[in-house]
Amino acid sequence: MAAGTVTLSADVAVQVGQFALAVDLTVDSGDVVGIVGPNGAGKSTLLRVLAGLLALDAGRVALDGVVLDDPASGVFVPPEARPAGVVFQDYLLFPHLSALDNVAFGCRRRGVPRREARRRAREWLDRMGLADRAAARPAELSGGQAQRIALARALATDPALLLLDEPLAALDAPTRRDVRRDLHHHLDAFHGVRLLVTHDPLDALTLADRIVVIEDGRVVQTGRPDEIAAQPRSAYVAELVGTNLFRGTAAGGVVRTASGADLAVVDTAAVGAVFVVIPPAAVALYRTRPDGSPRNTWPATVAGVDRLGDRTRVRVTGPLTLVADVTPAAAAELPAEVWVAVKATEIQVYPA
Amino acid sequence: MSRRPPGPVVAVAVLAVALFALPLAGLLWRAPWRSAWRELSSHDALTALRLSLQTSVLATAVAVLLGTPLAWVQARVAYPGRSVVRAVTMLPMVLPPVVGGVALLLALGRRGLVGRYLDGAGVHLPFHLSGAVAAEAFVAMPFFVLTLEAALRSVDPRLEEAARTLGAGPWAVFTRVTLPLVRPSLVAGALLCWARALGEFGATITFAGNLPGHTQTLPLFVYVKLEGSSPDAAVILSLVLLAVSLVVLVGLRERWLRAL
Repeated sequence: MAAGTVTLSADVAVQVGQFALAVDLTVDSGDVVGIVGPNGAGKSTLLRVLAGLLALDAGRVALDGVVLDDPASGVFVPPEARPAGVVFQDYLLFPHLSALDNVAFGCRRRGVPRREARRRAREWLDRMGLADRAAARPAELSGGQAQRIALARALATDPALLLLDEPLAALDAPTRRDVRRDLHHHLDAFHGVRLLVTHDPLDALTLADRIVVIEDGRVVQTGRPDEIAAQPRSAYVAELVGTNLFRGTAAGGVVRTASGADLAVVDTAAVGAVFVVIPPAAVALYRTRPDGSPRNTWPATVAGVDRLGDRTRVRVTGPLTLVADVTPAAAAELPAEVWVAVKATEIQVYPA
Repeated sequence: MSRRPPGPVVAVAVLAVALFALPLAGLLWRAPWRSAWRELSSHDALTALRLSLQTSVLATAVAVLLGTPLAWVQARVAYPGRSVVRAVTMLPMVLPPVVGGVALLLALGRRGLVGRYLDGAGVHLPFHLSGAVAAEAFVAMPFFVLTLEAALRSVDPRLEEAARTLGAGPWAVFTRVTLPLVRPSLVAGALLCWARALGEFGATITFAGNLPGHTQTLPLFVYVKLEGSSPDAAVILSLVLLAVSLVVLVGLRERWLRAL
């Protein structure tokens, strides 16, 4: 892989039955881009176009200056000739091949001799911590193992473009935490263009540096996760990514966030780098210092109020910049200076 | 659902089983076990057996070579007239074999539609081993095609897409992913086809004739013996064919049922 920046520019117009996708985006290898949106928004269609499994009706896709699809000039590079690695939603490992041969498949098809392809595949299994599963058939792998094999298979050909379609959707919650953390590391280590399709806000917020929200075949919002959480442009976006997410360091039931605030959490077992998620509905705002002694309470300043359907989202600044969901009536009576309280039980902690 | 089925239904079902089982019992009961080995090892019987094996294996090879692409096209390509093609290629399963033989004769016989040109080119199918192969392939190939087509339809096309993104062109996808995935059904279909070819009678005798040493396969030999000199030989060789069928059926049971 070249060390320099790789850029994907995709001006996509494609019609599938009644559904039209019209998306224009540029992604470079500096960011992990999360494509989010409701079911049927066109996320997977976009991925299929980029992988070459679906041809453009109009527009242009180019990777690192090389045109992959341009119907106007009759250029179409078929999927097998694109430098792309794809991790599919339910992995689609070849059931008739061992884990090792699944990972070696891409190299073999791209002309690498069998011995060398297997050596590289073994290296990838090592890196994934699955060296002992080399001989296993996909049916014998756990969900988390299958996900790692699928990722290894996509990365083994050393692609310039990595496309992940709902990479964590098929996993149960505890596995998901571990795999999410590992995926985060592997995405970090990959130097090409990274695109991740997900409908899960947590996956998007934890894995992506930049988020592209697609609704009904159109881009409705792009930005950094915190920007989008702070100023969602639609009720859907508010619900999807409108959550408070911080990086921090956990020790002894307290997480110190990057901005220096200390949060008491229930999860005393968490140690080291973590993500902290506070749902906006779990943030309470008070006119005066709340009674009792909730441990996570501090004074803050109201920075903005957005009405979105039946909810009102209030942005507050202070030791932590947060969004809170309150009723419209409560929002109408809020003073400029408020007290924020968050129950420790409402704070979710995930290993980073 | 009721656990105890109604009596009359059970009675009729038992009758149906008897309908299948009694003829087999008859064969076993009438079998001349003492002279079995002699009958089996007679020159004529061995010749017929060898011919049967040759022709049925060749017919299966023809069916696999021609039928695999046909099954793939039928399973994957939506083209106008696909159901007509399916009907034509499945017809031999329900056609009386003797009608198939007559049809083959009219198409591939010396003065047939295509046969006249084959004849000119020095290729003579009727009354020749190749004619027996053609007749058996005609009758048995649908069993292979049907089995394989069902299996191809059940392959997840997204697996083939995954292979494309990993650098496999259409041909590599077919040989490295699609075919390995349907291999159990391919083997099952080929075995089923072979068993059908081995037992072929009507089309073979009509199209290829009944020439000992050339086109007289085992079923034809059994028929001739039963009508003529040696009913004992007919019974023993019938048992051989029965045994082969049973072995194939038992061996296939799992896969065949799954394929359907």
